[in-house]
Amino acid sequence: MTDSKYFTTTKKGEIFELKAELNSDKKEKKKEAVKKVIASMTVGKDVSALFPDVVNCMQTDNLELKKLVYLYLMNYAKSQPDMAIMAVNTFVKDCEDPNPLIRALAVRTMGCIRVDKITEYLCEPLRKCLKDEDPYVRKTAAVCVAKLHDINAQLVEDQGFLDTLKDLISDSNPMVVANAVAALSEIAESHPSSNLLDLNPQSINKLLTALNECTEWGQIFILDCLANYTPKDDREAQSICERVTPRLSHANSAVVLSAVKVLMKFMEMLSKDLDYYGTLLKKLAPPLVTLLSAEPELQYVALRNINLIVQKRPEILKHEMKVFFVKYNDPIYVKLEKLDIMIRLASQANIAQVLAELKEYATEVDVDFVRKAVRAIGRCAIKVEQSAERCVSTLLDLIQTKVNYVVQEAIVVIKDIFRKYPNKYESVIATLCENLDSLDEPEARAAMIWIVGEYAERIDNADELLESFLEGFHDESTQVQLQLLTAIVKLFLKKPTETQELVQQVLSLATQDSDNPDLRDRGYIYWRLLSTDPVAAKEVVLAEKPLISEETDLIEPTLLDELICYIGTLASVYHKPPSAFVEGGRGVVHKSLPPRTASSESTESPETAPAGAPSSEQPDVIPTQGDLLGDLLNLDLGPPVSGPPLATSSVQMGAVDLLGGGLDSLMGDEPEGIGGPNFVAPPAAAVPANLGASMGSGLSDLFDLTSGVGTLSGSYVAPKAVWLPAMKAKGLEISGTFTRQVGSISMDLQLTNKALQVMTDFAIQFNRNSFGLAPAAPLQVHAPLSPNQTVEISLPLNTVGSVMKMEPLNNLQVAVKNNIDVFYFSTLYPLHILFVEDGKMDRQMFLATWKDIPNENEAQFQIRDCPLNAEAVSSRLQSSNIFTVAKRNVEGQDMLYQSLKLTNGIWVLAELRIQPGNPSFTLSLKCRAPEVSQHVYQAYETILKN
Amino acid sequence: MIGGLFIYNHKGEVLISRVYRDDIGRNAVDAFRVNVIHARQQVRSPVTNIARTSFFHVKRSNIWLAAVTKQNVNAAMVFEFLYKMCDVMAAYFGKISEENIKNNFVLIYELLDEILDFGYPQNSETGALKTFITQQGIKSQTKEEQSQITSQVTGQIGWRREGIKYRRNELFLDVLESVNLLMSPQGQVLSAHVSGRVVMKSYLSGMPECKFGMNDKIVIEKQGKGTADETSKRRPSAPARSGKQSIAIDDCTFHQCVRLSKFDSERSISFIPPDGEFELMRYRTTKDIILPFRVIPLVREVGRTKLEVKVVIKSNFKPSLLAQKIEVRIPTPLNTSGVQVICMKGKAKYKASENAIVWKIKRMAGMKESQISAEIELLPTNDKKKWARPPISMNFEVPFAPSGLKVRYLKVFEPKLNYSDHDVIKWVRYIGRSGIYETRC
Repeated sequence: MTDSKYFTTTKKGEIFELKAELNSDKKEKKKEAVKKVIASMTVGKDVSALFPDVVNCMQTDNLELKKLVYLYLMNYAKSQPDMAIMAVNTFVKDCEDPNPLIRALAVRTMGCIRVDKITEYLCEPLRKCLKDEDPYVRKTAAVCVAKLHDINAQLVEDQGFLDTLKDLISDSNPMVVANAVAALSEIAESHPSSNLLDLNPQSINKLLTALNECTEWGQIFILDCLANYTPKDDREAQSICERVTPRLSHANSAVVLSAVKVLMKFMEMLSKDLDYYGTLLKKLAPPLVTLLSAEPELQYVALRNINLIVQKRPEILKHEMKVFFVKYNDPIYVKLEKLDIMIRLASQANIAQVLAELKEYATEVDVDFVRKAVRAIGRCAIKVEQSAERCVSTLLDLIQTKVNYVVQEAIVVIKDIFRKYPNKYESVIATLCENLDSLDEPEARAAMIWIVGEYAERIDNADELLESFLEGFHDESTQVQLQLLTAIVKLFLKKPTETQELVQQVLSLATQDSDNPDLRDRGYIYWRLLSTDPVAAKEVVLAEKPLISEETDLIEPTLLDELICYIGTLASVYHKPPSAFVEGGRGVVHKSLPPRTASSESTESPETAPAGAPSSEQPDVIPTQGDLLGDLLNLDLGPPVSGPPLATSSVQMGAVDLLGGGLDSLMGDEPEGIGGPNFVAPPAAAVPANLGASMGSGLSDLFDLTSGVGTLSGSYVAPKAVWLPAMKAKGLEISGTFTRQVGSISMDLQLTNKALQVMTDFAIQFNRNSFGLAPAAPLQVHAPLSPNQTVEISLPLNTVGSVMKMEPLNNLQVAVKNNIDVFYFSTLYPLHILFVEDGKMDRQMFLATWKDIPNENEAQFQIRDCPLNAEAVSSRLQSSNIFTVAKRNVEGQDMLYQSLKLTNGIWVLAELRIQPGNPSFTLSLKCRAPEVSQHVYQAYETILKN
Repeated sequence: MIGGLFIYNHKGEVLISRVYRDDIGRNAVDAFRVNVIHARQQVRSPVTNIARTSFFHVKRSNIWLAAVTKQNVNAAMVFEFLYKMCDVMAAYFGKISEENIKNNFVLIYELLDEILDFGYPQNSETGALKTFITQQGIKSQTKEEQSQITSQVTGQIGWRREGIKYRRNELFLDVLESVNLLMSPQGQVLSAHVSGRVVMKSYLSGMPECKFGMNDKIVIEKQGKGTADETSKRRPSAPARSGKQSIAIDDCTFHQCVRLSKFDSERSISFIPPDGEFELMRYRTTKDIILPFRVIPLVREVGRTKLEVKVVIKSNFKPSLLAQKIEVRIPTPLNTSGVQVICMKGKAKYKASENAIVWKIKRMAGMKESQISAEIELLPTNDKKKWARPPISMNFEVPFAPSGLKVRYLKVFEPKLNYSDHDVIKWVRYIGRSGIYETRC
């Protein structure tokens, strides 16, 4: 007997018959009837009318029948809430059944019935099941909490289920732990603010232990949860990584990918000099390659993720090019992804192989794939200069095949090659022109027209060619029309005598006969330019074009960092953040990579910091290309953005990090310094909770002017230092310093051209940095810089850029571009340029805050050889926005209590002890973000000694 | 997490529909049918997003399995789960076909209820599932049996039940390898790798602790060093000799029974095996692969209407060994009108429906050579597009492991029961098969 017969009953009056059968006395008949009902339900028929009859069958000791009835209930309870109550009793009774399988079944099903009245009754059985002696029941109950939370979050909180769930993380059974982790993670996602998944080294340790023992699915839940944790320092990160790496050998690809996610994320915290860092990099490659031998669907997921990993850390797979070669039988989605990765991995070392492969692909059947392969050849040419020539000849071969779409695609990429390597491959133009007639796609037509216009002087019959396009001007797409207009104007400027008629024709077509505003506007501009000043027109239209960039389709770095946190998930498959495809509040929490932190020791004991040498860091450290490239890519797109880029994702990270530290009361710890009757702390010290959290929203600083204390002199300015020596920047020497005057920060630069050629097209960009420093305006170098010329520029800065914690804190990585190349350097800025004008705290506040900041955040420094007295010190510091809040004389020593505020809202409190006649001062600093203390001390040193 | 799971037949009719999450509406079933199954073009991605709902699908023969979700789920996990679902169904009722699914729909619902709870995959080992999802009802179980079931389903060793007894303790190890090759027409290896599997079939009593050893280069070198230190005076050449016989494994993955942390630290493979057949490990090697066959193609276009093809195959292994089931597939253009073939060995046939000449040889010893030549007549066409010349592919089976992998030992310890490693009867077999073994022409 088979069950398929239930699918075939389609006669009328069926419901009626079923009703009769359901109420039959014979058990077998009943069961048959329920099966029929389920079959009808599956194919989409509405059998909700049978609700009471089906529920009546629930009281049975036949488990198979019971399960079927439950299945029916889950589907229809919502539409018949009143009837569903009838089932409650059975559920409650089943939850007490001696058989654990039945207890679990009851609690599992009950959670799926989304009827308010039922959920009320669910609480008691659920509470019992969460503490059941049988692990099978407990693991089912753990998931049930998540179900209940989905229906009624408040109820779950009120009933204290969340605490019970947290306790289950320490359960002895690994599967219970895994399910509890999964449930808690899901609940935590809908409450981003709550600290539900209170991850700390102890709980992490428990999870890592359970990881070794639970099922493959449980391992995925745990790894995904681990990925949300931020270790406190690099050592913890390393020890977690060490315990996660064995998962890379698991047969389940999802376990492997989730482990990769944890490793990629925590790696961010490890120093690159560490031996372990190198080991880890090596360990990551083989499992990623192995994923490519999985089933095609998984290969696709893996490839989409590898695409991200290759962009983030190209070194991992740089030697594995061959495994991405396309196989003839790969499904098309795998082929396209492999091709993408091949281009990313292409380098001088492997370009020959890659090209041979691409050429092979260009003869395949699938049109999309062939097109992408042809385009890839062009991208190789642009990426690897040495291969350009070979790429061009390959493209020419392909054009000879005369396959329509291959030819068109080839022409589009050849245009890009022309732009990357001007005056090198123009000899092929003749071949291109032969194929003019076969072009029917706008992009290819536009590309061809661009080529003809750009090289009009070398093409004898350029006017004829362009004229032929002009005939059907109105049928062309806008892209082609615009290109045609520009090309003919170019042609006219190059060969004015023969083409006057043509240019007039196109101008009138564009301005008078077109409805397209873009086209019309461009037409008018050309027209006026040509009629008023042909020389200027020439300068505008035939201006030298900037070179095009190498990689155009890289994912934007902040998005990439976010996606790395989502390895293995849908977000990494779509290459979109979850907010782009998930509805509602779920999963919209931004994730970001942890900041790189030093080992805890260095921050713990600031006393041991060398007091003499302010900075041992060389300012001309050139960061690795890979780090900066992503951030600085915008450079090629014209003038840098003057507005602040919105960086919501990274803001919170920096802020949280700087806030660290508990809030121990310091009462009694500092009696002799600031004690005394007139310094009574206000009750319930009202320290703004978000003291450090306004990081990045430094907008308020712009208004500091009004509240300024009246010191217009501006803070101390260091003499200019050489930041970028000429030999490292093809003749461009940059020296500079930072200033702060009446509330605005600027970077004073001196650019010297020590090369033999003229420099033009300057632009500047900063990498993300600790305080969000960013250029407030483009770098304005008005005239080209001729050899041996020097120009001084003041570049206004603001602090609303993207924030990323740097090491050292005041490190600033800068890229400067000119017509020759892009250069990178990094420099350290003195922290006092960030001291804002309203940094004076009132006394009460000062005292409360001082007490509120824990003792371990206090740092003490010695300032030696400073001949000034207390008055002079105070006034000198005030001009750099360090304000004296109070002054006392204790046992012949002058005590200055000072405050200052950074642009991101962090307050630093200081106590400066000066003994008359002794040139050494003692400086104690207290701040919620102890990392800044060292730099504030350096600022004191520089201000007082100069 | 997974919001729902649907199974469709090739026409797009729903066979199974199970919804786990409230955010998945009833229209989701139809959305997938309309947008994917009934879509005109070929499927461009196994993941489809329709109106903010994501569908993951896999196909088994002409059955579609689709998982649906509205959240940012772990995509790799969803696919792994779908494959697992297929495995479980196959273990219960054999081939996944429309008929079998309809015949077992009650069972499938029961399984879906068990292995996916609120969209979270649960224990899906068939060994464990079969103890309590039986379609017989579980009325008759004693209390002990019940707790044994639950502890097995949730326990650390979820893949094996206790109290297994055999009169004869026996185990079979199969080293199954597939050699993949892509060769240029000039005989240059473009890419080659072996993906291997070690499949174990065990009939062992109790809870045996097993340890598996092979000629893994890292292990051998470690040991080589150890012995070299002790015996360096007597046998200075020992490490060099063992180095030759060892192989470099690029990467390997293991069945979940293997203790991964132990492998990571000591590189030893120890485990308690499931009862019956399972895949112990998968591995991949790329170095020093023995390519069992070399294909030398020669294609000449004689005018626009004729092609001359000559293909030589050479076997490259010990003459005492025999390769079997050899098949060479030579693709022909779509406009082929007739083919004449001459081959020295085996049988060759032009199969118009497959656009290929298929040349079959039953057996071939090592270090031999054979040749086929064909003349292909072409119909003149005005199709501008050139023939893509798909690669020549080959199938074969050889009785050795092309990666060079050797099983060194498989030790069995069962401290509680009364049998030792020596009492276990062990069988080892090596089979090398062609994976994608292609030569471009």
